[in-house]
Amino acid sequence: MTDHYIVLSAILFAIGTIGFMTRRNAIVAFMCVELMLNASNLALVAFSHKNGALDGQIAAFFVMVVAAAEVVVGLAIIVTIFRTRRSASIDDANLLKF
Amino acid sequence: MGAQIAFWLLAPVMVLGALGMILSRKPVHSALCLAAVMISLAVQYAALNAPFLFAVQIIVYTGAILMLFLFVLMLVGVDAADSLVETIRGQRPLAVLAGVGFGLLLVFAVGNAVTGPDIGLAADNQAYGGNVQGLANLIFTKYVVAFEATSALLITAAVGAMVLAHRERLTKRKTQGDLVGERMRRYAETGQHPGPLPTPGVYARHNAVDTPALLPDGTLSELSVSATLRNRSGQPDRRDLVRPIQRTIAELQGDGELPQVTKPGAALTRRADLVPTEDRHHGDRPGPGAEPDGGTE
Repeated sequence: MTDHYIVLSAILFAIGTIGFMTRRNAIVAFMCVELMLNASNLALVAFSHKNGALDGQIAAFFVMVVAAAEVVVGLAIIVTIFRTRRSASIDDANLLKF
Repeated sequence: MGAQIAFWLLAPVMVLGALGMILSRKPVHSALCLAAVMISLAVQYAALNAPFLFAVQIIVYTGAILMLFLFVLMLVGVDAADSLVETIRGQRPLAVLAGVGFGLLLVFAVGNAVTGPDIGLAADNQAYGGNVQGLANLIFTKYVVAFEATSALLITAAVGAMVLAHRERLTKRKTQGDLVGERMRRYAETGQHPGPLPTPGVYARHNAVDTPALLPDGTLSELSVSATLRNRSGQPDRRDLVRPIQRTIAELQGDGELPQVTKPGAALTRRADLVPTEDRHHGDRPGPGAEPDGGTE
């Protein structure tokens, strides 16, 4: 049964990757990152269930905490960029392009 | 058995939600699809003997993070659609190909690497009297350093968000007197009416805010509808609203019950006649109409 969860999390992770690479809107790309984090959480919890140890759930919990912090800072950066450039497209923020 | 039913019911929902998230054009629809995925994920956690993560997933992810996404979407502009211009040629098909290949690799490599029996967490959850107690025991003994570091991370994130979102005011704040002065100067120079915007129209069948008002000469006042609503796609043609009225007016004029209006705008009030003529050709600038922007800020 666990491998079903692993396959599901792999599918979700791949979908998140595709979305992150194809979408131009910064917020949607950010949502795809969240989907990838969620998929990895599902894998962690599934492995925890398989191995009969709670450490996987602890790892998923820490991932959630880090994701919350990351979302707060990332969305603040998106809002700041939108304020100065009036655009939420990730193609427009290219000042660091080599 | 219950876990299997939950899995097979929710796994298609999750995959479809994830696909809908990356395929929908509007960011709000993406956020709602992501919410569906996250709530289904919470149920999967519950089926995997993780009741604490079930609650945390709903509270933190669906409740806090997704609401934050929606708030930022509201700030950054819901109408900002994705650009279809490819900056790197062929990047999208290649990205999809790479993503599908990566997914297949994960499924066949990791999915087949999982062997052995499923031990389950019943024993671990009971060891300390429950799932939450077991997690607490691990967090405050084995992972206490990581837990302390988490607090530093959270406070840094909060301060960082505050610093990033803070904006210094570079110019003097405009007083109400300044705004009135600007408005009157604009009226003197361009003839833009200093009063408030016209209200939306009220008809027998429509009185919503996206219904434009009817001007005395029978045309629609574009200014009576917010620009956001005006630009929104998928709206019915608003000229359909006034067609019955115009038809009735024409019939009444044909029967001689109404005086013929010689030229559009003839019924305008005298105050509107003060507006320079080139402005009147816009069709929506009768007396109590035209608008100062930011007049009520």
